[in-house]
Amino acid sequence: MSDSETHDSAAVLFRDTIKGSNIKLPRHSQFHNGVSDALTLAKRNLIRYIRLPGLLVFSTIQPIIFLVLFTFVFGGAIRGIHTKYIDFLIPGILIQTVAFGSTQTGVGLADDLQKGLIQRFRALPMARSAVLAGRTLADTVRNLIVVLLMVAVGYILGFRFQNGLLPALSAIALAVLFGFALSWISAFTGLSAKDAETAGVASFVWIFPITFASAAFVPVSTMAGWLQAFAKANPITNAVDTLRALTLGGPVERHFLYTLMWIVGIVGVFAPMAVTKYKAKS
Amino acid sequence: MIIEVDRVTKSFGSNLAVNNVSFSVSEASIFGLLGPNGAGKTTLINILTTLLKPDSGRVTVDGLDVVRDAAELRSRIGLAGQYAAVDENLTGFENLEMVGRLYHLPAKLARIRADELLSQFSLAYAGRKQARTYSGGMRRRLDLAAALVSSPRVLFLDEPTAGLDPRSRNDLWDVLEQLVANGATILLTTQYLEEADRLAEHIAVIDVGKVIAMGTPSDLKAQVGSSILEVVLGKDSNVETAKQALSPLAVTGTRIDFHSERLRVIVPERPGLVVDAIRLLDQHQIEVEEIGVTKPSLDDAFLALTGHGVGGLEDE
Repeated sequence: MSDSETHDSAAVLFRDTIKGSNIKLPRHSQFHNGVSDALTLAKRNLIRYIRLPGLLVFSTIQPIIFLVLFTFVFGGAIRGIHTKYIDFLIPGILIQTVAFGSTQTGVGLADDLQKGLIQRFRALPMARSAVLAGRTLADTVRNLIVVLLMVAVGYILGFRFQNGLLPALSAIALAVLFGFALSWISAFTGLSAKDAETAGVASFVWIFPITFASAAFVPVSTMAGWLQAFAKANPITNAVDTLRALTLGGPVERHFLYTLMWIVGIVGVFAPMAVTKYKAKS
Repeated sequence: MIIEVDRVTKSFGSNLAVNNVSFSVSEASIFGLLGPNGAGKTTLINILTTLLKPDSGRVTVDGLDVVRDAAELRSRIGLAGQYAAVDENLTGFENLEMVGRLYHLPAKLARIRADELLSQFSLAYAGRKQARTYSGGMRRRLDLAAALVSSPRVLFLDEPTAGLDPRSRNDLWDVLEQLVANGATILLTTQYLEEADRLAEHIAVIDVGKVIAMGTPSDLKAQVGSSILEVVLGKDSNVETAKQALSPLAVTGTRIDFHSERLRVIVPERPGLVVDAIRLLDQHQIEVEEIGVTKPSLDDAFLALTGHGVGGLEDE
């Protein structure tokens, strides 16, 4: 069998060295293989969340602590909100959860780089994009699960969707989509970091300020003037305002549109940057 | 020749990592790339496994060009890098299953293959445990098993036994020899002369990106063209004086080495050498406990070829 025959044939031969026989495997399209690769890696990344107790706590218990603390600590102090604080807080907590969760994308990638796994993946006949796609996909699934958990805990604390089912589902979907966009920023910073610890710290340097200097936990109108300008331009504020409109009612179109633009913009800028960074690694 | 490397050069900025390297490897054999840290071994492996593009030169593996046919080639080769690249959070079985899926084996076949490899590498008993619980030797075996998932014809191993205890190392050597007996071709890099000597049919010695010697282990030993005079000195003898006394006997340009209480001098093979050595040492009033001539080890060969020992650059 010459090399060119293998190359052109519709089937791949798998030589079973143990049985000493050849097995014919179907040759799938590149797209089929690419999707399969991304799903294989997404599964692997999700197993990581189950097997590392620290990560699971970080992903679930920590946001619950934030939710409970903020409800009881800030709840009494915030005045001038027409609604219960918990109803005001949940949209902010959901966005905070996905924002903090997105840092794990970069930490995971930096960890894989450090441990030589990315090198192994690069030597396999798999789609180049699968490592990043599998990671962001897994983090999106995890974000969805955590968001649903936060909504459930919120319900226990008195939160209610007040605007119907479809806006409620849209709010959850938008929060998860927003987290997906932030994952790409994290992917880029993670691939630029020298190890997983650095990647984690590097993410919080920008995640913390943009999350707290926003409408997530307090009304922007209560902030200092200079900070108000920042908070109003902050994509977190936009996302939180959209979620509030979707959960509590009120005009939603403009916020929704801006948030979508942010999501598209962030992915549009950072996904290519992350892919370039990934390709440059060896 | 299943691997052909023809005048390959690769530099990173001003650092010439691989400098005009050529060699070829015949099928079903083990080829050893021997050299110290920073010699360019890993860069070469990365070029041969499509991870890096050479600046110039041409490499074919199993008839495929590493640049032009990179995608096709990746499905035919196996690579185990310098670090045991296993996912600690997955079990041994899950690691192999994942790699099988990434080679696009159907799910069922990937699982069968994972189990086969676990038994082949004596890991079946730990197959359902997370890899984080594995010892260094077990991780290496799992890493090697992962490189074999697709039953590749050509296997690249970057320092496969680095950090292993002698027993695990011997076990791994047995596995590699078995693979070659079954028709696989292995290219491995090593800093261990003993390893190259034991495993490889052919060796290329590389130093700062260049092949400085090539051949079978015995060729290399012959290339040094000499013997080793070993002297164990009396307790109170001055090592430096002894070195000076023996220097007229040494092959020009070689260094006299002293370790494990032993002076090692690279000497030309000729009769009367030991007598001369004893006379010289006696003239300098140096007591000799033991003296003899041995065949050079690969370590000696490296010393003779590069002017520095294999350990010489380890701090870089």
